[in-house]
Amino acid sequence: MATETETVDTAYYIQHHLQNLVYGKLPAGYERNYEGHVEVLDEAKWTWAHGAEDVAAMGFNAVHVDSLAWSFGLGVLFCLLFASVARKASTGVPGKLQNLVEVFVEFTQNNVRDTFHGRNPVIAPLALTVFVWVLLMNMLKLIPVDLVPEIMKLFGVEYQKIVPSTDPNITLAMSFGVFFLIIYYSIKVKGIGGFAKELSLQPFNHWAFIPFNLLLETIALIAKPISMGLRLFGNMYAGEIIFILIATMFMGSLALGVFGGLLQVSWAIFHLLVIPLQAFIFMVLTLVYLSMAHEDH
Amino acid sequence: MSINFTLVGQMVFFIVFVLFCMKYVWPPITQAMKERADKIADGLAAADRAEHDLEMAKERASEQLKEAKAEAAKIIEQAKKRGDQMVEDAKRKAQEEAERVRVAAESEVEQQVAKAREELRSQVAALAVSGAERILGDTVDASKHSAMLDKLSAEL
Repeated sequence: MATETETVDTAYYIQHHLQNLVYGKLPAGYERNYEGHVEVLDEAKWTWAHGAEDVAAMGFNAVHVDSLAWSFGLGVLFCLLFASVARKASTGVPGKLQNLVEVFVEFTQNNVRDTFHGRNPVIAPLALTVFVWVLLMNMLKLIPVDLVPEIMKLFGVEYQKIVPSTDPNITLAMSFGVFFLIIYYSIKVKGIGGFAKELSLQPFNHWAFIPFNLLLETIALIAKPISMGLRLFGNMYAGEIIFILIATMFMGSLALGVFGGLLQVSWAIFHLLVIPLQAFIFMVLTLVYLSMAHEDH
Repeated sequence: MSINFTLVGQMVFFIVFVLFCMKYVWPPITQAMKERADKIADGLAAADRAEHDLEMAKERASEQLKEAKAEAAKIIEQAKKRGDQMVEDAKRKAQEEAERVRVAAESEVEQQVAKAREELRSQVAALAVSGAERILGDTVDASKHSAMLDKLSAEL
């Protein structure tokens, strides 16, 4: 795929693949170095980023358009697919699509039943959304790394990173969404006093230890969403890097290319395991954390 | 790899999709699945019931069959008895008839014999008279000798 890029070195290839398509606000006074000419911005400006320096200068005021677009598209796909089945859901003999959807629903239902013992109408749909959405996002990884970016390049799009779950913004956004639900339900079920007591009187139930307990429990609480988001991100990102490294082999000799092809196939097969597993872990952790939030001591 | 505004955008999507799923996906699908499970359970129960009913119907049928057989045997028995009786009656009647016919025949025969004897007797008397006439060459006055003739005919 990368035959015409003999002059492009491997490091650039890899970096290019790890760069999101970013739209953001460049600050005033920023020296923009693009394709040879340097441009100094008089005022802050929203624009497409060309390269890592631009992205770094944008800071928080930037959007990974590719990650958001793919994740939104997959979310819409999930919603439309499942809603269309839900609208026509028959109690008679189900069709193929309905069967597929019901497999997911039943799987989620069983997991929720095993893990979560309260009554809460949010939990099960949340788990289903998390599982299917993350699964779909992860599945984009099985598409060869160069395919979509090269096609997008034909339309003048410079960067394209299609797997949303290799973007920490995406995974952390979801895990923090879960985190807010944890806080909300902890307070709702136990009351503010109960929640505060849980944070301050564990693990050492003595007033002198309150600051220490608070520190420990707060760290534990915050570690939940961060570890959850970073776990998914880390697994997916590492896998993606391996795919990209394998892809660089196609730039070498024929023998190396064939070897690379074999490696890519085996790595993809391995990911048939990793993809649903990570989606499953994300869902189960969501359920476990929310179940803990509902438990009154 | 920097954290930026993408996080907020994704969080909004997340909330939207979860709410959508909560409203339009989860309830109808689980409802349909539950209804189907109920329907299947009902169907199985109905099948069980039907099987039980079939068993009972079979039992009843065999009972009725047995009854019918017994009835039939009884009827046959009665018919046989009746037949025997009829045959017996017919036999008796025939015997009686035969007896009657025999008795009638016998009496007729007796009558005939008596009649024949009478005739014979009278003829013998006539013969004897004519024989005696021939022998005597004279007319026997029947009235004159009637007493002797009567005696004669009584001896025959």
